[in-house]
Amino acid sequence: MLPTPSTSHVDPSRIYEPAEDSYLLLDTLSSGSETAFLQQRFPPETPCPLVLEVGTGSGVVLAFVNAHAKRILGRSDVAALGTDVNSFACKAAAQTVKLAASESGIGGALLDVVLGDLASSLIPGSVDVLIFNPPYVPTEELPTQPENVADEGLSRDAEFERDSHLLSLSYAGGVDGMETTNRLLEQIPQVLSRRGVAYVLLCKQNKPREVVQQIQGWPGGWNAEIVGSSGKQAGWEKLCVVRIWRVS
Amino acid sequence: MKLLTLNFLTCAIKTCKSNPASFPLHPKDAELEQIEIDMNPIFIRNILPRLDWVALKTLSSELGLASLPEDVPTEEELMGEDGEATQTLKDLHVLLMETGIASGRLCCGACGHEYAVKEGIANFLLPSHLV
Ligand SMILES: C[S@@+](CC[C@H](N)C(=O)[O-])C[C@H]1O[C@@H](n2cnc3c(N)ncnc32)[C@H](O)[C@@H]1O
Ligand SMILES: [Zn+2]
Repeated sequence: MLPTPSTSHVDPSRIYEPAEDSYLLLDTLSSGSETAFLQQRFPPETPCPLVLEVGTGSGVVLAFVNAHAKRILGRSDVAALGTDVNSFACKAAAQTVKLAASESGIGGALLDVVLGDLASSLIPGSVDVLIFNPPYVPTEELPTQPENVADEGLSRDAEFERDSHLLSLSYAGGVDGMETTNRLLEQIPQVLSRRGVAYVLLCKQNKPREVVQQIQGWPGGWNAEIVGSSGKQAGWEKLCVVRIWRVS
Repeated sequence: MKLLTLNFLTCAIKTCKSNPASFPLHPKDAELEQIEIDMNPIFIRNILPRLDWVALKTLSSELGLASLPEDVPTEEELMGEDGEATQTLKDLHVLLMETGIASGRLCCGACGHEYAVKEGIANFLLPSHLV
């Protein structure tokens, strides 16, 4: 077991704390089958892989992959980049990634954690490893994206309201819990490099098997497979991780 | 934000992606910062093939930084025979990894939209009328 990055500096009143879903991603990404897959896909001496985590939250996942790049990707010349719609998460995640990297001493290089929607500010074809633990809980409404709200000079009530809005963005997924995930899936063919691979976490209500089939039907030769799962309930996995990659 | 990050970012507006003028984003009123970090020579060597050299040259000249060589440095120009990092490699490390934009704006050359950078964090969230 590789050590889990410390997130004790993360404020849980406005940033998603590492939970079962986060840990499932850590376990999956460091599993024997995934490290073998990734190391075969990104041999040393090829250009540095760019790892993008969308929705970093605390940064625990990106920090883990970056700090243990050598064990996971077989090389430590890895560039790590994150995005989140929550500016507090952007700051906290950068700190988590730096802390874990300095403890491991052989980690990859953090570029930045930028404030933004999904992968929409990335150059097409640039991302080699994309990771997303989305807001996946089915909800009646999808929260709006934060507009430029001030972080200072807010009344206590306004601050409380802003923080609960930010937290709702971390779990509320709208119809089938898939509204945000579907938008990310749509970006994948454009943003992933030819050798690129994406890991997306889904819950049972997201209908993972249907999602996998749908991706296998994308034009241009794509495959998807469930490569990690947890929380068996009556023969069904509560959470799972889907790996998505180009086959040709 | 690091200058290297700008090598991977473009305008968040969908219709700008196919317009070559949307890359690189142009810094405006940029306040630069210098943050020391450990150098990983292998990283610099293997990130080079991923750089848009012309864009990087544009960027550093727009920021008033020392001008870059005309062409992408070769492997020999980065590491000596003994595997030691050359000055060229060290300079690239400083430019890409240690030089950052602390505050300012990033302007899209295609649509003119400006993205704010505050406390080193770029904000690519779009106002709702542009989504
Ligand atoms: C379930 S949390 C996961 C956090 C962290 N990656 C983890 O695994 O612990 C989802 C995260 O996605 C972010 N998020 C929600 N919508 C987003 C969007 N459209 N673009 C980028 N990030 C988003 C939330 O702010 C939150 O930090
Ligand atoms: Zn634009």
